[in-house]
Amino acid sequence: MSEVMEALYESVLEGERDDTLEYVQKSLDEGIAPDVILNKGMIDAMKEVGQLFEEGEYFVPEMLISARAMQGGMEILKPHLIESGIEPEGKIVLGTVKGDLHDIGKNLVGMMLEGAGFEVQDLGIDVAPEAFVEAITDDVDIIGLSALLTTTTFSMEATIKAIQEAGLRSKVKIMVGGAPVTADYAKKIGADGYASDAGQAAVLAQSFIEESNG
Amino acid sequence: MAENLKTTLSLGGKEVHIHRDLPTVMIGERINPTGRKAVLAALEAGDFEIVRQDALAQVKAGAPVLDVNAGIPGADEVALLPQVMKEVMSVVDVPLCIDTANPQALEAALKVYEGKALINSVNGEEKSLNAVLPLAKEYGAAVIGLCISNAGIPKTAEDRLEVAGKIIERATGMGIPIEDIVIDPLAMTMSADHLAGALTLEVVKMVTAKYGVNITMGSSNVSFGLPDRKYVNAAFMAMAIQAGMTCPITNPLVTEIRTTVFASDLALGKDEFAMGWVKAYRKRKKTQKQERDLTE
Repeated sequence: MSEVMEALYESVLEGERDDTLEYVQKSLDEGIAPDVILNKGMIDAMKEVGQLFEEGEYFVPEMLISARAMQGGMEILKPHLIESGIEPEGKIVLGTVKGDLHDIGKNLVGMMLEGAGFEVQDLGIDVAPEAFVEAITDDVDIIGLSALLTTTTFSMEATIKAIQEAGLRSKVKIMVGGAPVTADYAKKIGADGYASDAGQAAVLAQSFIEESNG
Repeated sequence: MAENLKTTLSLGGKEVHIHRDLPTVMIGERINPTGRKAVLAALEAGDFEIVRQDALAQVKAGAPVLDVNAGIPGADEVALLPQVMKEVMSVVDVPLCIDTANPQALEAALKVYEGKALINSVNGEEKSLNAVLPLAKEYGAAVIGLCISNAGIPKTAEDRLEVAGKIIERATGMGIPIEDIVIDPLAMTMSADHLAGALTLEVVKMVTAKYGVNITMGSSNVSFGLPDRKYVNAAFMAMAIQAGMTCPITNPLVTEIRTTVFASDLALGKDEFAMGWVKAYRKRKKTQKQERDLTE
């Protein structure tokens, strides 16, 4: 990897937003392909962030500033990616289920997914099952449901049911998470997967895409 | 400045008073399957031993009130909550804080409770106000009011104060005495927003000054996602108590939390002759000695 790319990787890992902006621009100036800058410079760095978080080495604020650095870099990079016809990894619709107002965990997942190269549509908090159903357009690959209260996990179940009843279940993969949610519960309500933290959510989403690409 | 109000909870004949001039009342948070896989598994299996142990240990550690939450995904909370409460009441005689968002489960729980319980909780949403306040009134329970509105969690201290005001107004309008309302200003994690703790402390001060009601919160939330949580929790606990929090929902088994509460009470003149502090010290020494004896 070139010196400037190494510096870019390091800046995302350290969450140094200003440096990230500078090195994305420098990489472009050096003629490095936009998708290489994205994948090798930033997505790989975010993967390491996710891993460090999972290992208990990194903490939430560090994940946040890394994601913020990457978002900054993406603003510069995006027009170049579009110009060279690079598509996102996949599209994810994300939200905290009806009756639940927690947004921190869901936001972290959104950032890590963006960090993994996904296009993320965040429906926000207290999202009704119908709103998830409506959001499933042809380009949506994955639905992510968050619940932080034992009492709102039933909304998760209701949302999956609503997606089934709308005849859209086979079109999307569904992943769930949040403090009261377990892998067993995810299976029980018919979700495709469960992630225990934001880094895991990104790994899970990637595995869904790899699966569908065969 | 509003006059400081006294909330009295009871179970059977036993009363607990919450007031700014009295020692801080820790509401033990451990009986809750959310995020505690062992409790979750035990409750799912119908095994209540861990619940009884948690109840005993928390009361022994100095919690005069226990929070009871039986929310398990997919389980029948209406049946389970009263059952868990009965298990708790079979081993300890402290007032309970009934923790549920399900009005049917709440009513079932209030039915089996003999005394003045604390309901956890109502919030500023119409649906919640209409479901919970009539039950508080009917059963003569005290109630925690969460500073959440239809629009979510307010981002400014002023807006949270306004939600607290709305809850107090609605409750007192129905004939619930104002001293039976306990406000939760919401402790959010500082790992996602470094200003979250300062904002919460501001709300505590404002609510105390304007209404004089008692104040609770799940204060350990502030450190979620951070390393060395117990130090953050202890510092925040001390500051929140000084700001006017009177009955935190917390884990009394953590030495740093417990000793911080006792030391804060002492520093704020709530611990007459320092007896609370001295007795807590002696208890700690005794436990340490017992632990040594056991290992020797």
